[in-house]
Parts: sequence; C-alpha cells; structure tokens
Amino acid sequence: MAFLNIEHLEKSFGTNHVVKDFNLAIEQGEFVSLLGPSGCGKTTVLRMVAGFETTSSGAISIDGQDVTHLRPNQRNIGMVFQSYALFPNLTVAQNVGFGMRVAGRPKSEIKARVDEMLRLIGLPKLGNRYPFQLSGGQQQRVALARALAVQPRVLLLDEPLSALDAKIRVSLREEIREIQRELGITTIFVTHDQEEALSMSDRVVVMNGGVAEQTGAPFEIYNHPTTRFVAQFVGTLNTLSATVVDAKTGGVTVGETAIALNRPLDGAKAGETINLALRPEVVSLGRKDGRDTVLAGRLAEVHFLGSTIRMRVDVGGTLISLDTFNTPDTPPPQIGEAVELSLAERDLLVLSD
Amino acid sequence: MRVQRFWSIIALLFGFIYFALPLIGTLEFSLRARRGVYSLDAYRSVLSDPQFRETFTYSIVMAIFTIFVGALIVVPTAYWVRLKLPRLRPVVEFITLLPLVIPPIVIVFGYIRLYNTSSFLPMTGSVTGTNLLLLLGYTTLSLPYMYRAVDTGLRTLDVATLTEAAQSLGAGWFTIIARLILPNVLVAVLSGAFITFAIVIGEFVLASLLNRPAFGPYMQLVGANKAYEPAALAVIAFSIAWICMGLIQLVTRFSKHTKAQR
Repeated sequence: MAFLNIEHLEKSFGTNHVVKDFNLAIEQGEFVSLLGPSGCGKTTVLRMVAGFETTSSGAISIDGQDVTHLRPNQRNIGMVFQSYALFPNLTVAQNVGFGMRVAGRPKSEIKARVDEMLRLIGLPKLGNRYPFQLSGGQQQRVALARALAVQPRVLLLDEPLSALDAKIRVSLREEIREIQRELGITTIFVTHDQEEALSMSDRVVVMNGGVAEQTGAPFEIYNHPTTRFVAQFVGTLNTLSATVVDAKTGGVTVGETAIALNRPLDGAKAGETINLALRPEVVSLGRKDGRDTVLAGRLAEVHFLGSTIRMRVDVGGTLISLDTFNTPDTPPPQIGEAVELSLAERDLLVLSD
Repeated sequence: MRVQRFWSIIALLFGFIYFALPLIGTLEFSLRARRGVYSLDAYRSVLSDPQFRETFTYSIVMAIFTIFVGALIVVPTAYWVRLKLPRLRPVVEFITLLPLVIPPIVIVFGYIRLYNTSSFLPMTGSVTGTNLLLLLGYTTLSLPYMYRAVDTGLRTLDVATLTEAAQSLGAGWFTIIARLILPNVLVAVLSGAFITFAIVIGEFVLASLLNRPAFGPYMQLVGANKAYEPAALAVIAFSIAWICMGLIQLVTRFSKHTKAQR
C-alpha cells in the first residue's frame, strides 16, 4: 500500500462537479505534481488532502491512517501557499517555530529546530526580521521552513512560485526540490506551469475538468501523451488531421503527402480522420538523414527566442511549428520563402480524444 | 491653480472658525472665574470635588469593561463573518449600525421594562445588576464604532489563508484568534477602544435613567448649578477625547508589524 492514498475522490459545489473519481497513490518521499489549467480541480484535490475542503465522496489515507474526516489541525500536513501566508505579527523565527509552540514543545527544542530550518533555507541571520522586511523569495523560503519545522507527514505546495519573478522562480524551485530530496518528504505540488511540473517532479498528474487525464514520469508525459489535452497542454504541439488509408499498417495521408506510420491504428477504419501530433523539436528545416517524411510549405512566422528560433511553416493551410538552434552563421530563411520540413514517422503521435 | 489654493484656504479658515471659535470661547470663559484676571479656579473647584473623582473613576472603570466586552464580542464575530459567512456581512453591518438610529432612551426604557424588579430577570434590583445593564448598554452604543474599526482591520489581512496556514500547523480556533487574528487587528481594536472610551466618558442618558454615578450625569448636574465649572468640565471632556484620538495615531505609528501595510 502506498504512503498517501487518494481513492475515488469526488467534490461538488452545488451542481458544479469539480473533482470526478480522482485516484492517486504516492510513495513515501515521492514528489508528485498536479498540473492543469485554472479550474481543473487540482487545488481542490490539494485542499481536500489538507482538510480545508470536505470530500463529497472517496477516501484519503496517509501512512495507513484514514484522514478523510480529520480536521486540518489533526492531519500533520505542512502546507505552503501561493501568497506565503506568513503571520505578519510574528518574526521570521516565531513564524517558523509557530507549529512547535502550538504543539507545546520546550523552548530549547523550538530554538534548535528554528535555527536548523533557517540554516536549511539559507536565511540563518534573518530570524528577528518581520515578514514585511523580506523579499518575496525570502518570504516563501520562510513559509517552507515553517511548514517543514513541524516534521509533517506530507508537504503540500499550492502554486508556491506563482507570485515570484521569473529568475527567483527558477532558483527557488531547484532549492525546494533539493530540500525535499534531502528530507525525503512526500510532497504534492500544484502548478499550472508545465516547466515547473516537468523539471521538479518524480511523477506528474495532468488534470482537466476534474479528472486525472494522465499520470506518469515527466519524460513519459511529454513524449507519450495519451490524450489530445495532455499533448496540447504539456509543451508546444503541432496537430495534424490525417486520413487513414490502411489501418493495419498505419498508412495515412496528410494533405497530399502519404505517410507510413508503420504501426496498426487500433479501432480506426480506412477513410476516417485521425489526429496526429508532433513536437516542434522533432521537425527539421530541410531534408535530414533518418527523417524520411518530407512536407513542403512556406515560412509564415519567425520568432527569435535567443538560443533557439521558432518558425511556423504553412503546410497546405496547417501551421507547423519547429524549433531550431540559433547558429550565428546560419540566419533563418525569409518569411514567405518556400521551405521543406522533414520528420521521422516514429515521432508522429496518434492522439485519442 | 492659485484660485483653487485661495478657496482651499478660505474653506480651511471657515472650518477652523466654525469648530475652534466655540471651543476657544468655552476655554476663555472657564478661565474667568476670578473677576478681572484669568485663573484656573474653575478647574481647581472641579478637580477638588469628591463627586468629580468618584464619577470620573466610575466612568473610566465602566469604559474599560465596555472595551473588553466589546472586543470579546466583536473580534470573533467580525472574524467569523469574514471567514465563513461573507454573505451575512451586510446583515451584520446593519445590525451593528442600529444603535446609531435607535436613540439610547429607547434602549434604556426597553431595559427598564424588561429587567425591572418585577420582571423574570430583576437586574435593576441590585447595584451589580444595574451596573451590568449599563455595561451592556454602553457595549451596544459602541458597537457601530468597534465593529467598523475591527472589520477595517481585518480587511487588510488575508484572513482565510492565514487561518488555513495556522490550522495546517496544528492550531485550533482559540489559538488562531488569540495569537494571530487579535494581535493583527490590535491597532483597529484600540482605535475602536479609544472611541468607546470617549463615548462612555460623556454618556448621559443610560447612566442617568439607570441612576448610576457616572461622569455624564455629573457634568449635567454641575452645568445646571454652577457658572464657570461646566465650561471647565467641557474643556476637560474635550481634552480626554483629543487625547484618545492622539493615542489612536500614536498606537498606529508605533505598531511594528503594520509598517509595511501603511
């Protein structure tokens, strides 16, 4: 049995069914992200685990204990909020030690633990400051230390990086992951930022409309999305409509170009339209060895992104994005120029809806 | 620009004359107890009167109790309404405003009818009971000011998230209110407290009709029987109100953790 088990979780607000039959098993020490757009139910799931929302049905257990109906202050769960939620009337040290003070721990133990936590987050000298005297990044570090000080069984992170600027966000996510690994604490991280989810997590749960669409390792989610939503939400994706010619061998046509997928298309029939997906980084500009499928089109857009250049090519009315590295010796073609794109058929993903 | 400035100064002067002139007149009159020279005789007379000390002390004690009871009722109520019953806020606000539209005389007659010596709860039958009744009346009168002050204080806090953060750290409701909410709205509570203090010190109707030895009825008594002392008492009462206002400013300024919010 997993350390944290969420079984058949449901939540409705009136007639609005926001979480539908949600299941998740998390092993001890695992870092799992709930990824999805606003309103997909990820925060509601997190809040049910924390005890801030009651469940409509289903069960949540931690380390074999059913916590579904326990109050939030009885669950021993640490939570970090998007808005930091530091207590403004307490100093940094008092904030970090708050949970232990509530638990009635001896002063010496609280002091030692607070010092340890402040060292862990790299702010050992800021114990006497008030929250308003800290930057956003520092406040969020303190909030993390406060949540960890009580040695919770599970750590919940509710979009903790969303309020921070881009640079601090990247450095802090690395710090959070490092601390999580060091302490080996079971963690659920809620985010709508795919880059955060993919870079930090052991596993990612992609949610849509209250349902877990796909659960898997970041590599698997990105490279083998099982639904159109996951494919489109995680990373950038080109979608192509293809007509099935031979379902057994995977023969399809995209516009006038015939493509052999060399794999059976289960459930598809000849003449039917299916959706194919393609990541921008697997499309090459010009012909390349090992990329036998060639599509002809006209360059419609060029976006210079620094180390990479994203181009969009109009292929028979469908815009296909591709990424190339920026090499100073080779400037990109002019907009409107005729270009060829090459790709390998194995990189074409067949999407189910 | 210059024209605008001119009218601003005129408005300011008008305001100053309207508010300050009667006070200056009262102050000047209070100093004329001795014929031909300015003196503090009226103040000396008032301050040496044992009844002044007795009624003033009584009102101060009542004010302190009123503040305590008011805070005890208002802080948890305003917090709970913000946290769990935001839809009821207009209703609660309306209820807290009622003491402003219902005259104190109606309240006190209601009390006397309900709690007289032949009623089911004869509170007016004993000194303690009448004091308690007066205390509850004062709490009612201060409700509009206390509630508004605390509610404004709570508005500056993310009450829901702070509560959840505290709950996740193991805190119960009492700890949350006593250690987090109250300290964070203390400045607001003190603002309400000082206004309450000023109201209680000068209140006449409740204390008079419940026949308690408060400062308000004493001022009325002196005003009806003496010449210069009422003016001196008015100046003293105004000074108390101003000191209270000054204290509100002082407390706000010296509150450490609210510096960022101002």
